[in-house]
Amino acid sequence: MIAELGLAALWLAAALAALQMIAGFMAVRQGASSELASLIRPAAVVQGVLVTFSFAMLVWLFAITDLSVKLVASNSHSMKPLIFKLSGSFGNHEGSMLLWVMVMGLAGALIAAVEKRLPENTMNATLAAQGVVSLGFYAFLLLSSNPFERLPTPAAEGMGLNPLLQDIGLVFHPPTLYLGYVGLSVAFSFAVGALLTRQVTPNFARAMRPWVLGAWVMLTIGITAGSYWAYYELGWGGWWFWDPVENASLMPWLAATALLHSASVLASRDALRTWTIMLGVVAFSMSMVGTFLVRSGILTSVHAFAVDPERGTFILVLLGIFIGGALLLFALRANTIREGERFALASREGALVFNNVMLSAILAIVLLGTLYPLLTEAFDVRVSVGPPYFNPVGAIFTIPMFAVMAVGPLLRWRQDRIDRIGKEVALFAALVLAALVLVSLLSEIAILPLLGLAFGLGLAVASLMPLRRRKLSRTPLSTWGMIVAHFGVAVALLGMASESAFTEERLAAVEEGGSATVGPWTVVLQGVEPVAGPNWTAIEGRLAASYGGGEARVLTPQSRNFWAPLQQTTESALSTRWNGQLYAVVGDRAADGRWQLRLWWKPFVTLIWYGGLLIALGGVLALVGRVHSDLRHRRLASRIAERRADREAVA
Amino acid sequence: MNALKPKHQRLVLVVLALVALVGAGLLAAYALRNQASYFYLPEQMLADPPEVGQAVRLGGMVEEGSLHTAADGITLTFAVTGNDGSRVPVRFSGIAPDLFVEGSGVVAEGRLGADGTFVADNLLAKHDENYVPRELQEMEQHQAAKMAEETTVGLE
Repeated sequence: MIAELGLAALWLAAALAALQMIAGFMAVRQGASSELASLIRPAAVVQGVLVTFSFAMLVWLFAITDLSVKLVASNSHSMKPLIFKLSGSFGNHEGSMLLWVMVMGLAGALIAAVEKRLPENTMNATLAAQGVVSLGFYAFLLLSSNPFERLPTPAAEGMGLNPLLQDIGLVFHPPTLYLGYVGLSVAFSFAVGALLTRQVTPNFARAMRPWVLGAWVMLTIGITAGSYWAYYELGWGGWWFWDPVENASLMPWLAATALLHSASVLASRDALRTWTIMLGVVAFSMSMVGTFLVRSGILTSVHAFAVDPERGTFILVLLGIFIGGALLLFALRANTIREGERFALASREGALVFNNVMLSAILAIVLLGTLYPLLTEAFDVRVSVGPPYFNPVGAIFTIPMFAVMAVGPLLRWRQDRIDRIGKEVALFAALVLAALVLVSLLSEIAILPLLGLAFGLGLAVASLMPLRRRKLSRTPLSTWGMIVAHFGVAVALLGMASESAFTEERLAAVEEGGSATVGPWTVVLQGVEPVAGPNWTAIEGRLAASYGGGEARVLTPQSRNFWAPLQQTTESALSTRWNGQLYAVVGDRAADGRWQLRLWWKPFVTLIWYGGLLIALGGVLALVGRVHSDLRHRRLASRIAERRADREAVA
Repeated sequence: MNALKPKHQRLVLVVLALVALVGAGLLAAYALRNQASYFYLPEQMLADPPEVGQAVRLGGMVEEGSLHTAADGITLTFAVTGNDGSRVPVRFSGIAPDLFVEGSGVVAEGRLGADGTFVADNLLAKHDENYVPRELQEMEQHQAAKMAEETTVGLE
């Protein structure tokens, strides 16, 4: 019954999406006076409620492990801890697509309910566009990936969830990432709506900006969480593998970052109109390309749950319709967008444009590197593209971007002279150069980490410079947001550079009671014992690790055997200090009774994720600041209107 | 900079952006041709070896009886065999994947050493029934087909 309710709600939601689309387009045609127009917003809100209900039903099915439902039987297990039963509802293809449409429905409902700044006509077009996109994904879900399908006879026991996914990371990583991915659909719909009604104005950018900010914050958190999860769960000690699936999340982030900045320029300076629209289309297109890569089964990874060519084709067709349609509309309408305000090259706009182009170039490099293996495979040549390509080629564009990012916020809008901020530029350059020289003299490290350390240091200082000669208490919240986010980039960069420059690795076969050293750490293998969990058994090493001869901390890395499904996983153990992390993995037993230990000492590695969180925090501050000042403006405007009405009444 | 005719600013911006993007594309294409790591079967590696030190992947079956652990307890040596009996010796230091055993398929990532030994940085083995490295997936199909061919010869 629960499954049928969920399915019925999903069909109803799809019907409402169709209504929203048709009513929206008719309203745009006939002007807002059409009767149908009054249905658009309620349709979007009810649709959001229905699809949320549908998702709740799926979670409920997983919670009670209803084995007559195919999805539950093939992805869950009655012995699994409750939290993983719940999060397991989106740890599979159908469930994650339902999560995707739920987030999309909620986003649509939210704009329908609260967005009142734009002309009604533009809003109708925006919601119509949102309806088109949602309808496509409802069709995908209902026609080719029904999550509520019943089995003819209920299964005796579920097949279980991939053990790598049985982790608290699954609770945070997919939902936040999806909020980001799908939040960008709002930016896409806004862009299409503005194009359709020819309303590419600063007001449009101001309305779009909080949505882009919100999506971007979620995307940042999702990527950061995913990176840390992969780091401790996979047991390879790496935090980014340039895996196509990771790239699929990085590409929308790059596009959204560019969009965020260009929307700011459009909002405050009425420049970069066409460019902002273009980025709005590109950002969501990248989300969909990502979904296609991950969900079509053309890649093999922990993320590719289903290998079904029919689904891949379906998403590819959707992708073609949405991106192709939006680009066609863009091509038809772009020349009708009036040119925005002009600016000099040496101005804040100039710097933002430069970095927008750099971000786009990095995006192009990541996209090409990700698609290249798929392309060559069509010609039966197998290649894999990894760090040797992405790191140096990406750096060619990243380094100038960091340099401009350091000085850009110091420039004035419209027109400025570089020599006005000469002192700050000189300070930044001096810091970078000094760090370059000092670090390369003191230690021998590769060129990229060296540049990373130098620019990270320079950027950390430069990102705080806009606060000079400002009263801290009177600095607007959104400015604080920018400063915190830029500082976060510097922190993350320092972490990445330090990790790749100073990591020490030690691989040793150790007998019980024996020890191994890595960097400043001495690790004693005290013993190896079998342990058991709710749905696994494991061999657990007990390690006593002491830093520089100090007090020992006990670490317990495990090698786990899950029985449903049958799989072995490596559970790493971490010891975190302020200046880095010790990462320990226990491996096989050698024939002579010694145990393989793999240890890494990673100085300042945690800065990578702290940096990511700081970037997200900056986004939150900017979002709160923008929304707050917007509400104040609105209150002020309504009060002025009231007074004027009073005065007129008196007169 | 301010000497720019304002009328042309949009055009200049578009041209600059295009130049940067096309530059990025060309650079990517150039780097991809040089940096992509190619997949080799043992017979291909013997017939047309990659340059020493170039990052490549080698895929094949772990030869029965060839797997040895060195005295340090962490270095594995084994041979990867192809379809026609060709074999390439491999050396790997690290923790091998769980399902890495003799007679199973493996993909080794690494580079060919000057002495003809393939030095692997990473081994990919069949993980479980759902996650099989792409190269292995297909290899097993080929081998299944071959085995079927062998066992059905003369039956007609």
